[in-house]
Amino acid sequence: MRSIWRTLDRGLARDIALVCLADGVVGISYGAISVGGGLDLWVPVVLSLLVFAGASQFLFVGIVAAGGSPIAATIAGLLVNSRHVAFGLAISDVIGSGWRRLPGSHLMTDENVAFAIGQDELRQKRAAYWACGIGIFVCWNVGVVIGALAGSVITDTDAFGLDAAFPAVLMALVLPALRDRATRTAALIGAGVALVAVPFLPAGLPVLMALVGLLFYRPVRTGELEGVR
Amino acid sequence: MNNPMLVLGAILVLAVGTFSLRIAGPLLRSRFEVPVRIQQMMSAAAIVLLAALVATAALTDGHTHAGIARPAGVLVGAVLAWSRVPFVLVVVAAAATAAGLRLLGIP
Repeated sequence: MRSIWRTLDRGLARDIALVCLADGVVGISYGAISVGGGLDLWVPVVLSLLVFAGASQFLFVGIVAAGGSPIAATIAGLLVNSRHVAFGLAISDVIGSGWRRLPGSHLMTDENVAFAIGQDELRQKRAAYWACGIGIFVCWNVGVVIGALAGSVITDTDAFGLDAAFPAVLMALVLPALRDRATRTAALIGAGVALVAVPFLPAGLPVLMALVGLLFYRPVRTGELEGVR
Repeated sequence: MNNPMLVLGAILVLAVGTFSLRIAGPLLRSRFEVPVRIQQMMSAAAIVLLAALVATAALTDGHTHAGIARPAGVLVGAVLAWSRVPFVLVVVAAAATAAGLRLLGIP
């Protein structure tokens, strides 16, 4: 654990702290919205601890608070969270092996996966992944409890522009990877497909549809690179 | 509210299911030797998904478009990130742009 803090340079630690803080504020609004919607306090809190996936939690609470079926809410939440399979395949070496896979998997979020992808060396990737994962887990859950207890303090995080901050966070972290032409082509086509799908498909599916972009993924083979040299 | 036991049960199923989705990748990767070509493909898949998240989160809300303030904020963030402005400024500028436009009455 101590080696995480030694590997993190100060700039990266500051960036991670900012994202954790922003997540904490969104957590406050999530807790407040849930209780304001008529749910018992334990619902958002238990969801945050055990599920720990913001988008699916908002969806679950929204459906259940509106009187919808909890089973439908579960299915919708699982659909939104299915992208974690691809994340796990991509960054399994960052998470590590043995027992680390248990807490490491539970801490998986869009943000810490993006932070890991944004680093160059495996040591840094690991440090960023774990520090960001633990930081978000703490801030998110503390935020949810505060929001649920305080009620309607902050329900509209849009007023702070936080809804624009989160795409910007992911964009800033993913941009370096898009310098690779094959990846960029796949990502642009995938994002286009997802956008077209939004009006027609339930939440979570449009993003999965982006994987169609991989059909256009043509990485330069190492052999070809040597030929160029 | 719905029956509390039913809600708790639904939460537990969602929790177990989500954890299974998260740990599936690490478990599968430790069982099989994966060719380099497939490894590249899986790394690209994560980036493709994150890019799609950025696009849909920036431009859409539910099944419809997200208005003006949010896409404008994300666009400002993207331009700054592209010019290698420090991360903190990118994030703060994106949020401030969206919040500022809303203060001016632009949704």
